[in-house]
Amino acid sequence: MTATEPLAPWRGFHAGAWQETVDVADFVRHNHEPYTGDASFLTGPTPRTLAVWDRLRDMFPEERRRGVYDVDAATPSTITSHAPGYIDRERELIVGLQTDAPLRRAIMPAGGLRMVETALRAYGREPDPRVHEIFTRYRRTHNDAVFDAYPETVLAARRSHVITGLPDAYGRGRIIGDYRRVALYGVDRLIEERRALKAALDDRRSTDDVIRDREELAEQLRALGELKEMAASYGFDISRPAVTGAQAIQWLYFAYLAATKEQNGAAMSLGRTAGFLDAYLRRDIAEGRLDESGAQELIDDFVIKLRIIRFLRTPEYDQLFSGDPTWVTESLGGMGADGRPLVTRTTFRYLQTLYNLGPAPEPNLTVLWSPRLPEGFKRFCAQVSLDTSAIQYENDELIRPAYDDDTAIACCVSAMRVGRDMQFFGARANLAKALLYAINGGRDELSGAQVAPPAAPVGGETLDYDEVLAAYDRTLDWLAQTYVDALNVIHHQHDRYAYERLEMALHDHPVRRFMATGIAGLSVAVDSLSAIRYGRVKVLRDESGLAVDYAVEGEFPTYGNDDDRADEIAVWLVETFAEKLRRQRTYRDAELTMSVLTITSNVVYGKHTGNTPDGRRAGEPFAPGANPMNGRDTHGLVASALSVAKLPYDAARDGISLTGTVTPDGLGHTRDERIANLAGVLDGYADAGGFHLNVNVLDRATLLDAMAHPERYPQLTVRVSGYAVNFVRLTPEQQRDVVSRTFHGSL
Amino acid sequence: MTGRPPAPPQVTAAAPGRAAEALTGAVHSWDTSVGVDGPGTRFVVFLAGCPLRCRYCHSPDTWYGRSGRRRTVDEMVALAGRYRRFIQVAGGGVTVSGGEPLLQPAFTRELLRRCHVDLGLHTALDTSGFLGVRADDTLLDATDLVLLDVKAGNPQTYRRVTGTGRLAPTLRFAQRLADRGTPMWIRYVLVPGLTDAVDEVERVADIAAGLATLQRVEVLPFHRLGAHKYAELGLTFPLADTEPPDADLLTRVRGQFAARGLTVT
Repeated sequence: MTATEPLAPWRGFHAGAWQETVDVADFVRHNHEPYTGDASFLTGPTPRTLAVWDRLRDMFPEERRRGVYDVDAATPSTITSHAPGYIDRERELIVGLQTDAPLRRAIMPAGGLRMVETALRAYGREPDPRVHEIFTRYRRTHNDAVFDAYPETVLAARRSHVITGLPDAYGRGRIIGDYRRVALYGVDRLIEERRALKAALDDRRSTDDVIRDREELAEQLRALGELKEMAASYGFDISRPAVTGAQAIQWLYFAYLAATKEQNGAAMSLGRTAGFLDAYLRRDIAEGRLDESGAQELIDDFVIKLRIIRFLRTPEYDQLFSGDPTWVTESLGGMGADGRPLVTRTTFRYLQTLYNLGPAPEPNLTVLWSPRLPEGFKRFCAQVSLDTSAIQYENDELIRPAYDDDTAIACCVSAMRVGRDMQFFGARANLAKALLYAINGGRDELSGAQVAPPAAPVGGETLDYDEVLAAYDRTLDWLAQTYVDALNVIHHQHDRYAYERLEMALHDHPVRRFMATGIAGLSVAVDSLSAIRYGRVKVLRDESGLAVDYAVEGEFPTYGNDDDRADEIAVWLVETFAEKLRRQRTYRDAELTMSVLTITSNVVYGKHTGNTPDGRRAGEPFAPGANPMNGRDTHGLVASALSVAKLPYDAARDGISLTGTVTPDGLGHTRDERIANLAGVLDGYADAGGFHLNVNVLDRATLLDAMAHPERYPQLTVRVSGYAVNFVRLTPEQQRDVVSRTFHGSL
Repeated sequence: MTGRPPAPPQVTAAAPGRAAEALTGAVHSWDTSVGVDGPGTRFVVFLAGCPLRCRYCHSPDTWYGRSGRRRTVDEMVALAGRYRRFIQVAGGGVTVSGGEPLLQPAFTRELLRRCHVDLGLHTALDTSGFLGVRADDTLLDATDLVLLDVKAGNPQTYRRVTGTGRLAPTLRFAQRLADRGTPMWIRYVLVPGLTDAVDEVERVADIAAGLATLQRVEVLPFHRLGAHKYAELGLTFPLADTEPPDADLLTRVRGQFAARGLTVT
């Protein structure tokens, strides 16, 4: 392929406002052609695709054994830091790697040097002395800057894990650049646009805000220049728009790649690219430039690249998040504002990669589900879930009205309009532990340390519901304040010391910002409150008077059985804490949002939380996300899902996560029935107002066998909370957690 | 929204108007399931009490009526009603199962009727048919599908499987369903060494093939997932050492039904 064909880049496209201003959403709306058929047009992998993929597959076992395959410990990564790298230069259709070799990880010390050095030592590498000197003597990191500015109360809350997972030692992530812009407009046009935006600020007085905006725009301009330079090193001139489908994918991928060379973000999501690329692939096919197999091959090659995005992280980090996640989330499907489905043949082609290359956790394929989607697409999604357990679903009927029809998911459940919104990622506060603080007058139930402000402990032998609730309310006030305080510090310093230059260059200016908080331990807190209200909970105290255990008498309703008595406590808690958070002042006046999502940190949160009044033992994992507590949802998947669906999206606009596991037999007897039934469940859940559903179709026996014989299941993918993991890469503790989660079957 | 959580709603609100509303039954449990208790997503009510003692039974906890809780029809219809919308969107209905629902025919009849008429949902009755005579026409009129558990083709085998039952009542019930036009699925639990003989299956297949309203045959492989319930109840699981059927056996038995042109799953 040559980069300079004499073709007009926008030939054959429908005209619109997108030609005048940078507006990819408008382009997609004008150039979208729904595909309402079934999956029968799809093609398998070509020998070329398999040859490229096999090269990598040969390297994966080594990577799994060593933790990392290779690291360049001496070169802090920038967009242009590394020479071009290839998997198989002769065969690759889409090129570009984060470093000069596949699976060779880069260091990104601007986020935090300690994380880099700890990770290097963990994997048997010595940190580079020059890098150490630069990032201790000459250049401050985000990590250092945050800890300089944290108040003591945040440090204490962080130590005790009532607030945890904060992005204060690494890149915050969850920012999606509109990588499509590079393909549609070429970099020069985007530079021109940024220059005009910056010039417009010249008339404004130089206040803090304006100075920061000017500096950020200058940084963005620099990053766009480096992007062109990086592409040129691979032999491509991306200053001009892409003229073919292959170029569009290549341009878009270069933009994404540059972001991953600059940021070790917790989640580096891709956006909503399939419908956009479809316009190019459709044009190529119409022009005779490409056939179906050729189109699939391009997508397969692109996805191969996305599957090997790697970041250097510590083993502790991997333990928190189960494996080595990058959250290259791509949002598929959904409905257009005009009522047409945003499903194209390319949407199918993305899903087809799970067959052509085998199941994999990345990219994190996310279907925006609506009961109005075409039947053929719904069935294909259900089929892929059955076969691979590798996709997740989010409710398009909630997302579209709250955002728009060009919205993508970052990470697991965080919706944002592509190129128009960004978020300040904020991890989670532990609401179960906070309840124990309320009972103990602000003391930590494990260490005895005073973490929250001292208050009278809840007294008596048996817990009184009203008394507990009043104390909880005060504790949550403190927690909300301390938590948002921590986030304001983090994001102020991240903007200063680890600014996402390229990702933000691919956003509108000014951008809408969210302060994305989160909660963990919802089901434990709710069941505990239910036990106190509907049963009798006796307190067992140690010699210092600290409540360390509880004895529950009598039956009490539990969250996850569509029982309003318990579920309304959950709704109340979500709304109450969200309201307390919203009252806090946020950095850059970001709009405060909240998620009910733990990813896999539910295991670690549980580890740091003592005995709870619901009968859960100290150290036992929480349920993930908004899930009912493991084993307590006894009336089947639908009842469980309907409990979760009651949680109001308006109070948790950053997403509400449910992971459901069904056995194949629990979905029907034949493959056809299972597909139809699963699609039906998804329709029903969306209709009931449920936000997110991870679907695993698995036998417990399969998982137990995979624990015993990991070598037989190299590609076994399991959806946890919001994304998929490679099961054999989980720690034994996490594997046991997954196995102990509720399986809904008809036993 | 701060303050205390709202007061819980009252589940049983209906004032007694008609006698039927006060009707109660012994309900073991309820569940929602997908694709295994009739078509689609279903609300399933398990009634307590069963006259049979099948050796492979996976729910010995439903044998005795006293193991259930007294529930009114209203209560159960209200519960089913919560899933009505979901069931309609996802495709499915209500299944009354057990235990043996026909041990409580009045309650079963009223529950089916109310779900069918008031809620407008597809209804299924999961029964052994041993007490089929207790299902009157009103009950069957309110039943869209009968899941009929035919446990054997020979009277002797039937007795050996169930301990207490006889085959003839089930066969009469099946014929009655066929004659009155009630759709049915036949279920056959395949247990190695107990119900897997070629002749045995041939007889059941012949019976099935003669039923005009039969829609499908479900061959259910025996499993031991209910074994722990026996232990909890202090009972001995008679088939503790029996292995589930292997794939070859399952294929052979399904093939025997399919050979008669029946839909088999």
